[in-house]
Amino acid sequence: MPEIILNNLNFILPELVLTATVLVIIVAYLTNRKDETIVYYLSLVGLVITLYALTGKVGENLSAFDGMLSIDPFSLFFKIVIVFSTIVVVIMSQHSDEVKSEKNLQGEYYFLVLSMAIGMMFMVGASNLLMMYLALEFSSLTSYVASGFTRKAKDSSEASLKYLLYGAFSSGVMLYGISILYGLTGTLSIAGINQVLMQGSVNSLALLISSLFILVGFAYKISAVPFHYWTPDVYEGAPITITAFLSVASKAAGFAMMMRAFKVMFVDSSLVTLPVGAWGFVNGIHLQQVLIVLSVLTMTLGNLVALWQDNLKRMLAYSSIAQAGYMLLGVLVLGNDGTAAVMIYFVVYLFMNLGAFYVVMLFANKIGSEHIDSYKGLGRKSPLLSVALAVFLISLTGLPPTAGFVGKWMIFLSLINAKMIGVAVIGVINSVISLYYYVRVIRNMFLRDEERMSDETFKFPLAQQILLVSLLIPTLYFGLFFNELVEFAQFSVTMFGVK
Amino acid sequence: MTGKNACPTKSNFMIPLNHYLLLSAFLFSCGVLGVVVRRNAIVVFMCIELMLNAVNLSLIAFSSYLGDATGQMLVFFVMVVAAAEAAVGLAIIISLFRNKQTVNVDELNILKW
Repeated sequence: MPEIILNNLNFILPELVLTATVLVIIVAYLTNRKDETIVYYLSLVGLVITLYALTGKVGENLSAFDGMLSIDPFSLFFKIVIVFSTIVVVIMSQHSDEVKSEKNLQGEYYFLVLSMAIGMMFMVGASNLLMMYLALEFSSLTSYVASGFTRKAKDSSEASLKYLLYGAFSSGVMLYGISILYGLTGTLSIAGINQVLMQGSVNSLALLISSLFILVGFAYKISAVPFHYWTPDVYEGAPITITAFLSVASKAAGFAMMMRAFKVMFVDSSLVTLPVGAWGFVNGIHLQQVLIVLSVLTMTLGNLVALWQDNLKRMLAYSSIAQAGYMLLGVLVLGNDGTAAVMIYFVVYLFMNLGAFYVVMLFANKIGSEHIDSYKGLGRKSPLLSVALAVFLISLTGLPPTAGFVGKWMIFLSLINAKMIGVAVIGVINSVISLYYYVRVIRNMFLRDEERMSDETFKFPLAQQILLVSLLIPTLYFGLFFNELVEFAQFSVTMFGVK
Repeated sequence: MTGKNACPTKSNFMIPLNHYLLLSAFLFSCGVLGVVVRRNAIVVFMCIELMLNAVNLSLIAFSSYLGDATGQMLVFFVMVVAAAEAAVGLAIIISLFRNKQTVNVDELNILKW
C-alpha cells in the first residue's frame, strides 16, 4: 500500500510543489515579519517550478489514486492556464495599492492565492464525484476568504459573505444531486457511472433531476445564469487582483471539471469517434437543450445588464458572465471541436481579461476610482495604458486583428459544424450588443475631456509597463498567428477514458 | 459489495429505503426554504448545514441499501468540509459584523445591480 501511494504521488508532482511552496510561505511569513516582499518572491519561484514540473507531464495519459484523478493532456492544458494566470495575478498583486494597504498580511494573501490555485489544479483532474466535490470546496473556501481580504472595506466583507452563502448553497444542491446519482448507480467514479448508465436500466426522471442538481454546482462556479447573482457583487467588492483571478482561473477550472464530467458520464463511451453532438444516449435526458437555454440566457443577460454599468469593475463582471455564455456554447457541442474551441478561448481570455483588469487596477492606483466617468481624458494622460485597455476591450468584443476574434470564431465554427446555426446567430448578435459598452469606455478615454482640464500625465514604473506589454503582445499575436495555439488545443483535448 | 453484513437481518421491521429518501428530501426542502426566506445570515448558514445533513442522510441510506461503503465514506468528507465551511463562514460573518454592526442579509446592499 505505501508503495502504491508513493508511486501515485509522482503523478501529482506539480501540485505537491505548489503545496510545498504554500508551506514555505507560511513559515517565511511567520519567521520574517519585517520584510514583506520575501513571500512574493517565494511564491513566484514556487509557481515557476510548478510550471516547469508541469512540462514534465506532457503526453501522460493515465489515472492516479485509484481513479480519483486523471492525469491527461486535457488536465495538463488547464493546469498550465491556471498556473500561468496565478503567476500574472501574483505579479499584479505586487503592483496593487489595494492589496498592499493590508500591512502585515502579505503572507496570508499569497498563501490564499496559491491555495486557490492548488484547489483548481485538482478540480481539472478530478474524475470521481468525491474528488470533484472536495476540489470544488477547496478552491471555493479559499476564494471566500480571499475575496474578503481587505477587511476594513465594507464592500469587501459584504462580497465575501454573499459569495459564501451562494457558494455553500449551490454546493449543497450539487451534493444532493451527487447523492441521487450515487443511489442510482452505486458508484462515485464518473467512468463507473457511465458504464451503469450504458446498461440503460436507470430511471430517467431521477437521472435528469440529479444531473440538473449537479449542473447547479458547475453553473455557480462558472457564473452562468441563473446562478450568477454572486458574480457582480463579489467581483466589485473583492480586491481587484482576486477578481481577475476568479474571472480567469476559477472559471477555467469550473469549465474543465464540467466538460470532463459531461464527456465521461453522459456520452456513449462505445463510440470510436465522437460524432458532432453525441448527447443524450440515455432516454429522456436532454442536457444539450438545457445547456443551450443556459448559455443563451447567460450571454444575453450578461451583455444587456453590462450596458448600464458605470463601475468598470462591475461592467467587467457582467462581461465575464457573458463570456462564460460564449464558452458554454463550446461545451454544448461536446465533440472534440467544441472542447478545443473552449480551450483556445481560455488561453485568449487569460491574456485579454487579466490585461483589462490590470489596466483598471493601475488606473485605480492613481485616481482611486473605477467609475467610468473618471476615465474621461485618460487617453491624453497615459497613452500606453489607454491604448492597451482599448486593445483588451476590442479583443473582449471579438473584433478582428485581436485574439478575441480567434476565440469567438473557433466557437462559432464548431457550432456551425454541429448544425446549430440558430444558436451561433444569437451568439453573434450578442457580440454586437457587447460592442456598445466596451466602446463606451474607449470613447470616454479618447474622445471626452474632463470637466477641469489638467496637464498632468501619469507615470508608471518600468516593471508595470513590462507586465502590461507582455499581456498586450499575446493579445495581438494570437489574433494573427494562431496555428500553434489551435494545434496545441487539438492535441490536448484527449481525456483519460474518452476515445 | 462487502458491506452486506451491515444489515444482516432483513426482517419485515426494516424501514424501507423510501422513508429515508422522503425524510431526506423533506429536510433538504426545509433547508432550501430557510435559505430563501430567512434574513439572518447565521440562520441562513444553519439552513445550509441542514441541506448538507439531508444529503448525508440520503447518502447513508443509499449506502446501506446498496451494501457499498463508498457513500458512507463521502459522508465523512461532507462532514469535514461542512465544519471547515462553518469555520470560514462564521469568521466572515464576524468580520462583516465589525464593519456594519448587522448580520441581516437585507441590509447588505452596498453592492447591487
